[in-house]
Amino acid sequence: MASLIALTPCAGLLPLTIGAITVTEVVPQALTSVAPFKGHKKAVSEALKAKVGAGLPALNRRSGAVTWFGHGVWMVAGAVSVEGAAVTDQSDAWAVVEIKGAGVEDVLARLVPVDLRASVFKKGHVAKTMLAHLSVTVVRTGADSFEITTMRSMSKTLLHDLEVAMRGVAARG
Amino acid sequence: MRLATPEKTVTFTFDGQRIKGVPGEPVSAALLAAGIKLVARSFKYHRPRGIMSAGSEEQNALVTVGRGTAQEPNVRATTLEVSEGLEVFSQNAWPSLKHDVMAVNDLVSPFLAAGFYYKTFMWPRSFWEKLYEPIIRRAAGLGALSGESNQDTYEKAFAFCDVLVIGAGPAGLMAALTAGRAGADVVLADEDTAMGGRLLREREDVDGKPAADWVVEALAELEAMPNVRLMTRTTVTGAYDQGTYGALGRIAGGRAAGKPLECFWRIVAKRAVLCAGALERPIAFPNNDRPGVMLASGVRAYVNRWGVAPGKAVAVFGNNDDAHRTARDLAAAGVKVAAVIDSRDDAKVEGDFPLYTGAEVIATKGRHALESITIKTGNGTRVIRCDCLAVSGGWNPTVHLTCHMNGRPTWDVGIASFVPTPESIPGMVTAGACNGAFSTAACLNEGAEVAAGVVADLGLAAEIKTPSADDAAYAIQPLWAVEGKGRKWIDFQNDVHVKDVRLAAQENFRSVEHMKRYTTQGMAPDQGKSSNVVALAVLADATGRGIPETGTTTFRPPYVPVSIAVMGAGSQGKGFAPERFTTSHSASVDRGAPMIEAGLWYRPSYFPKEGESHWRQSCDREVGYVREAVGICDVSTLGKIDIQGPDAAALLDFVYTNGFSTLKVGRVRYGLMLREDGHVMDDGTTARLGETHFVMTTTTAAAGLVMRHLEYVLQAIRPDLDAQVISVTEQWAQFAVAGPKSRELLNTVLDQPITDEDWPFMACGAVSVGGVAGRLFRISFSGEHAYEVAVPSRYGESLFRQLVAQAEVMGGGPYGMEALNVLRIEKGFITHAEIHGRTTAFDIGMERMVSAKKDCIGKAAAARPGLLGESRQQLVGLKSKGVDHALSAGAHLFDKGASHSRVNSKGYVTSVCYSPTIGTHLGLGFLENGRARHGEVIVLRDHLRNITEEVEVCDPVFFDQDGGRARG
Amino acid sequence: MRIDCPNCGERDRREFYYQGDAVVLNRPSEDAGAQAWDDYLHNRANPAGETRDLWFHEGGCRAWLVVERNTMTHAVHAATLAEKVKR
Repeated sequence: MASLIALTPCAGLLPLTIGAITVTEVVPQALTSVAPFKGHKKAVSEALKAKVGAGLPALNRRSGAVTWFGHGVWMVAGAVSVEGAAVTDQSDAWAVVEIKGAGVEDVLARLVPVDLRASVFKKGHVAKTMLAHLSVTVVRTGADSFEITTMRSMSKTLLHDLEVAMRGVAARG
Repeated sequence: MRLATPEKTVTFTFDGQRIKGVPGEPVSAALLAAGIKLVARSFKYHRPRGIMSAGSEEQNALVTVGRGTAQEPNVRATTLEVSEGLEVFSQNAWPSLKHDVMAVNDLVSPFLAAGFYYKTFMWPRSFWEKLYEPIIRRAAGLGALSGESNQDTYEKAFAFCDVLVIGAGPAGLMAALTAGRAGADVVLADEDTAMGGRLLREREDVDGKPAADWVVEALAELEAMPNVRLMTRTTVTGAYDQGTYGALGRIAGGRAAGKPLECFWRIVAKRAVLCAGALERPIAFPNNDRPGVMLASGVRAYVNRWGVAPGKAVAVFGNNDDAHRTARDLAAAGVKVAAVIDSRDDAKVEGDFPLYTGAEVIATKGRHALESITIKTGNGTRVIRCDCLAVSGGWNPTVHLTCHMNGRPTWDVGIASFVPTPESIPGMVTAGACNGAFSTAACLNEGAEVAAGVVADLGLAAEIKTPSADDAAYAIQPLWAVEGKGRKWIDFQNDVHVKDVRLAAQENFRSVEHMKRYTTQGMAPDQGKSSNVVALAVLADATGRGIPETGTTTFRPPYVPVSIAVMGAGSQGKGFAPERFTTSHSASVDRGAPMIEAGLWYRPSYFPKEGESHWRQSCDREVGYVREAVGICDVSTLGKIDIQGPDAAALLDFVYTNGFSTLKVGRVRYGLMLREDGHVMDDGTTARLGETHFVMTTTTAAAGLVMRHLEYVLQAIRPDLDAQVISVTEQWAQFAVAGPKSRELLNTVLDQPITDEDWPFMACGAVSVGGVAGRLFRISFSGEHAYEVAVPSRYGESLFRQLVAQAEVMGGGPYGMEALNVLRIEKGFITHAEIHGRTTAFDIGMERMVSAKKDCIGKAAAARPGLLGESRQQLVGLKSKGVDHALSAGAHLFDKGASHSRVNSKGYVTSVCYSPTIGTHLGLGFLENGRARHGEVIVLRDHLRNITEEVEVCDPVFFDQDGGRARG
Repeated sequence: MRIDCPNCGERDRREFYYQGDAVVLNRPSEDAGAQAWDDYLHNRANPAGETRDLWFHEGGCRAWLVVERNTMTHAVHAATLAEKVKR
């Protein structure tokens, strides 16, 4: 019989601090994608509200454990099953990091082609976009913090790109 | 010469000579302060050249900075900031700047006129690249790269705003103040080290105080606004679609401070206000390129802003009122004004210096620096001794950005120059000198008014409050070229003079675009910023047309040279492309496996063992594991797409040629996917996990493509289908366990043992691995009894190590890409080497997989007559004559006896390997009417590798043709 | 170039994959005949001016879009979800 050991996507690579900015790994207990079938969006939203305390948020938004994750799909932080939707376990598919610190917008402005300044991109706002060459989901989690999600296999590249941008910003003092 | 003793200095070198500079000032100011006039040699004739201007338009003073990996050529000394230890070198001169051998070009210059190269180096043709071009390139040119890899870092960045104000002179500052006060989100970008534009360079008052003081107050107010961002040292280089602007930011301190050197900005602005100012233009008079002949505005900048007198006795030559400022400022600074020469008859005396009206400069003297000028007045000629001549031919509004989207500027007779045509760039308006409004008061007013209009568009209200300022009129009488003996330079950077332009006209290159290319006028790094209008005027005169009829050439981005390094910032080294790593990566590296790129993934090529000196030894051994015992291979890189919904089966029926609605739950089926044009897109297996739940497997190479395709079908082609697709590639770590002992091995890791009865060939379902919920598929890409077992990725590394350890106990082990390839060739299984985009289901012998019962993507096109029949090149197996006869992928196939020429090619080879199982070299390839030619011997010819081999055509399945081993 | 994605808002061109003429939305039936399929697969008007083509917001929400734009002025008039376009 096998005895399996679990490793997180950024195992051994984080935390990373350069200047005022720190990147840490976020390890969600579970991630579940929920894509409602035709005509089921409302019912799915209500079912989720009952199960995880939040329904399907609007486009480009996070509400509690539920994050808009692209065209017709939401990502739930947690293991859930709902009727009327395609539900898949995505717990191991994503590398999730938090980047936090004063000037974090300056770091992300070097990588992400979307306006992430606090006046425009507020807490709970979500952007499906790119970070350098990577497809990412960016969520503002606080005044000086963001959560960035990319494909698990590309975690090293994500951290490489963040590190280069962090060094550039930190060098300016 | 410095007009005051500086408080603080730094030391840098110019061609090894130590020179003191004042922090903040450009190298050009320090060189002038040190009395250095000769700074560069010209591009074509190696003429001695000095400093002309004090801005980014500089044509002459190009230098090389640094050495080795940090060497950067063609840097303008006028925008290069002095810093401690900076090494600056002159360029395009040998052995030295003063004694340049190639200056011989200047002596033979009568033979090197425009078009000389075109006319002279025509034949023999074989000399073009080997002889003429290297010689010409060595003789003419600017600075050189070191040949070493650049180690500096560069950045790119994105910025967003309501209003982008380009240029921070009087108009730009007022525009930013007005928009900022109204609450707009403003970016103010200026290429200088400090904002203020000409207010820092001129002696005048704004709001009743010295202009520079007013600038300090304005900047303090702007800095205090949270909605305004100030970007100094940032040149907006281009205007692009939908309000996108490119901007080159130079980073203060740069290399020495361990900072990135430059940052290339993409600024997205709802509106932009162009306040780019104006550039002074020279006058073409004989030998007007001597070091010491400068633009008048440059002279004033050195005197007023940097406290440097460019000469001891300065003469001024102009055709407009503005020129006289220079003389006034020089006198006020205590510099001797040798003379003011005004080409206009009615010019007024404005100070205590000699004024010559209706006069022109007709000659200059001085070998390496200006010593005297000769002027011609109504009363004859006169020689004036001076070491600096400040020239003003009038001002050209900086219209460049307004032309970046095909806009054409409009000729304004009043200022004898081009002004922007309104609405040339959607969302951009112009204000101040770049709009032809030259007085400071006019600039301040326009900046405020235009910005108020812009913010009103955005729904904000602005108050227009303009400070008082000088509002002097600007009177000009055009003077482009002065006749006289000697060359009258127009484009200093490309060594183009008046006669070249006239020659172009004479040889019928009368269109401005033809003249430009014939003479290379305006084609140097400065793109003719200072010279184009003069050249146009000379061409207009030579062709007997007016300037508006002559037109202009096109101004294209970038406004200043932008290094490729900064354009590609972020993509150096590991930034070039993402790297994707499997969960077994470290385990494979630990075993010494060379990792090869497969798409963006890294996969093990083979796993070497002690005593093996060649990859083939490892590969053959690994093939043996699978054929005789058990092998382990990470197949997580294959795409896995989860498909759910009431119409999931219907979707699969539509995208695959064969049917999937008939597939039973718990079973896997091979599917073939076509493009709509009838050619094969991809293949793979799809498992039915539930009535409305499938998992599709794609090839590694086409995983992204197939995902996009499914979304395309669902959203664009069949929005009636109720199904959802999502990638689960990254969720699962999946390993092939292949070989006669595969079941036995699996039963050592699975919580519940499996049997052949419960898990027949092409079965799938849930399993438990060490308490972890996994999936098992009985599928085979090797032709052996095999499985693929999947667990959530977090357990991937751990499971891989355990599978490999167990396999080794059983006489097997891990296998890499090389062995995987041999195993599949032996079985005739295709990869993208075969389904490369030009092959059809018919070509690969799978036309029977195109179901007649239903429509599918590609079905109609696949039935086209040209895609079927004997004329098609069909998939065949190729067997070599033995172990000593290796085959070659990419080789062409010929009938025996036919010459190996293109017209005789009957097909080509796609995959080859040495098969340890069969004991010879095998190949897969496409051969015309190949399926009817099994058993024939043909010839394989690879012209690149010089390989010729006879091969036997056979069925592509070389091994276990009835598939008994996989099913058993 | 920027495209106003109906889901995400205005985004830079780098996030989008370009497919081609939106004529592909009107797929002929299996038996529509060679001419209909030839037109569908190969024949394109390539106008200088107004065009209507399919883009994919691959670096964003992964929606397929029909984008109406002008190849002469580079103006982008509208972007609509492909699944909502009448055909």
